[in-house]
Amino acid sequence: MSLQSEELLIAAVADLIGDVRHIAVGNASPIPAAAALLCRARANSRSQRPPYVSLLQSRKHNFFTDGGVELFDCAGQGRMDVFFLSGGEIDGEGNINLVGIGDHDKPQVRFPGSFGSAYLYFVVPKVILFRTEHSRRTLVPKVSFVSAPGVSDPKVYRSGGPVALITNRCLFAFDKERRCFRLQSVHPGHSIDEIVEHTGFDFDRPDRVPETPAPDTQTLRLMREVVAPELAEVYPQFAEKVFGIVKAA
Amino acid sequence: MPVIVSLEDALAPIVDGCMLAVPREQAGVAMEATRALIRRNVKNLHLVALPASTLQADMLIGAGGVETLETSAVSLGEFGPAPRFTAAMTGGALRMKDATCPAIYAALEAAEKGNPFMPLRGLIGSDLMNVRSDWRVIDNPFGNDDPIVLLPAIRPDVALFHAPMADCDGNVWIGRQRDLATLAHASRKTVVTVERLHDGNLLSDPVLAAGVLPGFYVEAVAVVERGAWPLSLPDYYPVDVAHLAEYARLAKTAEGFARYCDEYVFGKKAA
Repeated sequence: MSLQSEELLIAAVADLIGDVRHIAVGNASPIPAAAALLCRARANSRSQRPPYVSLLQSRKHNFFTDGGVELFDCAGQGRMDVFFLSGGEIDGEGNINLVGIGDHDKPQVRFPGSFGSAYLYFVVPKVILFRTEHSRRTLVPKVSFVSAPGVSDPKVYRSGGPVALITNRCLFAFDKERRCFRLQSVHPGHSIDEIVEHTGFDFDRPDRVPETPAPDTQTLRLMREVVAPELAEVYPQFAEKVFGIVKAA
Repeated sequence: MPVIVSLEDALAPIVDGCMLAVPREQAGVAMEATRALIRRNVKNLHLVALPASTLQADMLIGAGGVETLETSAVSLGEFGPAPRFTAAMTGGALRMKDATCPAIYAALEAAEKGNPFMPLRGLIGSDLMNVRSDWRVIDNPFGNDDPIVLLPAIRPDVALFHAPMADCDGNVWIGRQRDLATLAHASRKTVVTVERLHDGNLLSDPVLAAGVLPGFYVEAVAVVERGAWPLSLPDYYPVDVAHLAEYARLAKTAEGFARYCDEYVFGKKAA
């Protein structure tokens, strides 16, 4: 089976997650969920203590017993290391918009709403932004509505924030000091010129930008054999499309 | 009045214009009760969804039953945007109190404790602060130049949800769905639909008792088998995927939504 573009993204997100204790994944996030499960499968395969993985929609991969608030309580205490956010719009300062475009009371475009972003973005140390549609429509100079800001004034309590943005074309790292993104790697089959063309905000560009590495054989094996069946519980359509897993009824 | 009543009687406390609190999809949504409210032509609800909603809010909005919505998001998840919510917003027909998930939890927790407000981290610098004039920033009185947001308590008139079982004393088994207890504690009255009645008292078994919402909080219970359909009742039955896909397709237009309601709300009942 040839490498799927989703598999490249899953492996790249797993590398961004790194070695942590608790990874949580919200709704509508199949690639982050697969990456979190991959981190766990990797640790298990190396006989290391695996990270706790909380998939909010899952019955099985979800240890909370104190209601939906337990996740936010965990995050507020610093007991959550990694979370994932997206946005209808994302701008160059890491601001995300999950609310809409235009007047709030009668918008031209309305998105679902901010979910937990206006809290988790502030208190989870590693927030990884993902937006598979990389276009000038989604990656904009300035968001119309700030659901959650990328950076805060020094006196505002902020123990977390964005570390990276991954799209279908590339990976950006977030520079908190300079309040902007830096192009970190370009996915195979894509070019820097194309990324400039389709990105609505300015970003830092080092002289040499490497290609996003393809996952190694062992990673791919774990993804397809261990992660894919687990993922099918929560994201049956995605698991079928990418991994050909058909969930038993 | 006995605790176990018909669905229509159970829903009597949900009067037009009341503040109605409902749970997220994964906690147990009273969908047959929602259809009954639409049949009754409920109006002007202030709907609070803890902390987000899907089909339930979309249908109540589409049916013209909601004046104010207070929640952190409405979407149909894997089935895309919530079409009637989106149309009501872009048409300027819905008063939206946009929030963020932990803010809804915190404001209901304030009500649980009888407190006027609850502080919450985050939020400062979000445009939510601009559209929520009822949220305030104070300087942490125990800190040093440390701004923090205060959220006023949310005290709903009625909480409505679906659970696996209840007993004849109105005790309701909610298992680990603690959101339902938060809703019931914070609300003046609680109305529950359940899959079935439990023989005996749920509080007499220590294993079950830990997952029980005491009848003390419960105004009325109606037995409605498959009462969460087409949503899932976690651990009991899954989402009806084909039905939700049909809803997402039909509800894209007001006419399609009306056709959906004719068939599934006013006509043929849940499968």
